[in-house]
Amino acid sequence: MKTKAKGRARARFEKVHMRLRVNGEDVEVAFAPHKTLLEVLREDLGLTGTKHGCELGECGTCAVLVDGKPILSCLALPLDLEGKEISTVEGMADGPRLHPLQEAFADLGAAQCGYCTPGFLLTAKALLDAKKKPTRDEIKDALAGNLCRCTGYVKIFEAVELAAKRMREAAPSKAKGASNGR
Amino acid sequence: MAAERREFKVIGKPHRRIDGVAKVTGATKFADDLALPGMLYCKLVRSTVPHARITRIDVTRALAAPGVKAVLTGKDLPIPFGILPVSQDEHALCLDVVRFIGDPVVAIAATSEDAAFDAMDLVEIDYEPLPQIPDVDTAARTPEPRIHDYGDEGNIHKKVSLVFGDVDEGFREADTVRDDLFFYEGNTHLPMEQHAALAQFDGDGKLVIWSSTQTPHYLHRALAKVLAPLAASHIRVIATPNGGGFGGKSDPFNHEIVVCKLAMLTGKPVKVSLTREEVFYCHRGRHPVLMRIKTGVKKDGSITAMHFQSWLDGGAYGSYGVASTYYTGALQTVTYPVKRYRFDGARFFTNKPPCGPKRGHGTPQPRYALEVQMDKIAEDLGTNPADLRLRHLVPANSVTANWLRVGSMGLGRCIETVVAASGFREKWHKLPEGRGVGLACGSYISGAGLPIYWNAMPHSGVQLKCDRGGGVTVFCGSTEIGQGSDSVLAYVVAELLGIDPFDIRVVTADTDLTPVDLGSYSSRVTLMTGNAAIQAAERARELLAKGAAAKLAIPESRVGFANRRVFDVEDPSKGMTFAEAVVAAESQFGTIGTVGSYVPPPSPGKYRGAGVGPSPAYSYTAAVCEVEVDKDTGIIVVKKTWIAHDIGRSINPVLVEGQVEGSVYMGLGEALMEEMIYRGNRNVVHKFPSLLEYKSPTTLEMCDVETHLIEDPDPNGPFGAKEVGQGPLLPMPPAIANAVYDAVRVRVDEIPITPDKVLKALRAKDRRYGPTKTPTVTWPEPIVVPPPWEGGTGKAVSGEGAKPIVIGAGGVRK
Repeated sequence: MKTKAKGRARARFEKVHMRLRVNGEDVEVAFAPHKTLLEVLREDLGLTGTKHGCELGECGTCAVLVDGKPILSCLALPLDLEGKEISTVEGMADGPRLHPLQEAFADLGAAQCGYCTPGFLLTAKALLDAKKKPTRDEIKDALAGNLCRCTGYVKIFEAVELAAKRMREAAPSKAKGASNGR
Repeated sequence: MAAERREFKVIGKPHRRIDGVAKVTGATKFADDLALPGMLYCKLVRSTVPHARITRIDVTRALAAPGVKAVLTGKDLPIPFGILPVSQDEHALCLDVVRFIGDPVVAIAATSEDAAFDAMDLVEIDYEPLPQIPDVDTAARTPEPRIHDYGDEGNIHKKVSLVFGDVDEGFREADTVRDDLFFYEGNTHLPMEQHAALAQFDGDGKLVIWSSTQTPHYLHRALAKVLAPLAASHIRVIATPNGGGFGGKSDPFNHEIVVCKLAMLTGKPVKVSLTREEVFYCHRGRHPVLMRIKTGVKKDGSITAMHFQSWLDGGAYGSYGVASTYYTGALQTVTYPVKRYRFDGARFFTNKPPCGPKRGHGTPQPRYALEVQMDKIAEDLGTNPADLRLRHLVPANSVTANWLRVGSMGLGRCIETVVAASGFREKWHKLPEGRGVGLACGSYISGAGLPIYWNAMPHSGVQLKCDRGGGVTVFCGSTEIGQGSDSVLAYVVAELLGIDPFDIRVVTADTDLTPVDLGSYSSRVTLMTGNAAIQAAERARELLAKGAAAKLAIPESRVGFANRRVFDVEDPSKGMTFAEAVVAAESQFGTIGTVGSYVPPPSPGKYRGAGVGPSPAYSYTAAVCEVEVDKDTGIIVVKKTWIAHDIGRSINPVLVEGQVEGSVYMGLGEALMEEMIYRGNRNVVHKFPSLLEYKSPTTLEMCDVETHLIEDPDPNGPFGAKEVGQGPLLPMPPAIANAVYDAVRVRVDEIPITPDKVLKALRAKDRRYGPTKTPTVTWPEPIVVPPPWEGGTGKAVSGEGAKPIVIGAGGVRK
């Protein structure tokens, strides 16, 4: 019986050179065109805050925001993202000032090993940007594509609720118009 | 002395983790986040067949491929290794036989990951197939060919038989004897982080490996063995923070050894990052266990005798399996008194990824069997299952039939708490059909009483350094796997030195810099590193108190530490800053550095096999689950879990609750959906090695959780603390099984309880789904040890057991 290791031979392409907009800054980067956004972020741009759990679009760990919407960076090609605003966990804090979601995750122990945390934070940020006062079920729905093996999700739900509350309190005038039971 | 203090500044407070901000900003560096200039990328070519002799390996084409710098085969690393001294049965790359699909055969190092991938295709391996052994039944029937040339018999890796008192007599004394079979399918840890490692070998002959390992010390030992003649003193293992472990990163792994060897051969740093599929092949997860439990009870429910038998499907290698086997029989006795007890266990080799320790290590399976059987016994006796348990609790400060010493014991309070909180008495057998509640309990060790290899040294060591600027650094070999072990060190030291935990720098899990801690397994870290840290901090405190006392001209006994100050307790305004106290002490004694270490108390059990089960303290948990079961589809929804955990004392209640909720989650997943299953008819290939198809609970399946912490400080715990990383998982599968019975009156005596099994049980005449037969095994001559109340001494009186042999190994904290 003769068998060969399963092959994954990849065609060789010349690198492409392009400009991406990441965390509010334009960056120039050259990479093989089959590279995923996950790979380019981590390996070419040094933004290792974005993690990977499967590289097959199954776990949500690598979620980043593109124009404010969560996407799985392991399934996205940077070639498709010219002119789009890409946000990673490194861009969440305002200098030393953490985003309210980051504060709440740290306060409530919503990050244990912390590996899935960046994906959860960004997915939750997209939710809170769209909805000032999400219900528990809406939070569960929004985060249903992100797996966490440490927390049982409970502290994550609570942290999202706490962050939402703090964000509403910090911007009472805006929240007043927007909350309205939504 | 520390444990007796009542007023705390840090202990028991809901502080953030000291690494909390790093974790929420993506700053924490996991193994795969590391890169070194000029590093090579490693890929492993794994076996595509389950059991075969390797007749030819040709790597010439792979070696000539662009970018490839080195290729290794088994003969480059011929020295065997394994986590337990008694199971040195692994090779970094298979030598002549492959034993499961996924067994590594060839390693390639290339200048890019793509080049390494491409070269994998160019490796030629010829296999001569050997008969496949897919399961325990086949293994029992097929002694030849042997998967390994060692073990107790044929393809049986290990057989155990322990007898504590005359169980036959005990069954005769019983009014009712129940004899039930249960099966618990294997499942895996599924940490979100895939294993990764990076090795560097420098010009002066020193090797460094950064790896996502829970046990840097044991990896250090394995590397020193396999890479000989490279001396242990030239090997440095740094455990990076683990992105979840749950026991899956507790063995020394092939890929870790291979990158070290490749770094030594090429002179370049070499990195490996496993794919998710490969993580499934590394496995070391929950053993599938078939169990028979025969229990005799009097009319009042007291247990006169128990005979527990387990058959474990070990997969292709030993791993922690000998310990796992003993664990399936060890902790049955620590919750409800068992007057006479017998345990027979057998672990089989099969052609599947190796099983090992997963959260609860070998105890969730028997706990499920025992707690469901308790529910059946309550039914037989016409008793409420809560009352049955409450009437028969192991007393605190007692010794069990199998010679485990129980210290503090809060199970009664746990049961009362969850029964009251959930309204169990009002709901049990009273909810409408399709809805039900179930109660179950559990107990777990707070650290294995014995190390994995026999030695008389501490299990945990801490070094503590005080800087003139007031900084304190704590060095400890413990490994942060998400449970908060770094923070525990800071909290404990901060409490005793009167400073803020965030003033402290913690350096952990680096074999060059930190004293040995055995690792993050067996729920040992808080108790053992905590005690070591207390000792180091108290020694530092003594020096600082002397320095401060001299300066303040007061007796040492009057020196207090709080709020970053060192002062006269009789006149707190008289004092100095903590930094000034360090200066005073350093002026008097020289550099201020202290050490602390911890060795668990000796166990009263002295028989062969007594090494598994003893612990400085046992945690206890009770849980009530409420479920809805759809009789048409068999779908189970767990609505809510009420859980009470006897923690001894919470060092930080936020982290403790997090461990409880995480355990509830993982137990829920195991109970309802998680399983490692294989296409037995198609080459024993894993059915779905992916995160999508291996079902685990998402946010939508997770139940509501109400957590209650029961605090009854244990004298052996730091400030009284016991474990929480694993114990709270144990009641979940049986509580759900018992709730399903309450809802639709069927017994699913098999985990996971999937909808198809519920439907089959609903249609079955006996309204049960579960195993009906057991494999034939000739049990060994039992080791006979009389229980304490029958004049025993803890030693065996017959059988193989005159000399104690330690095969100690713990479970796994998360």
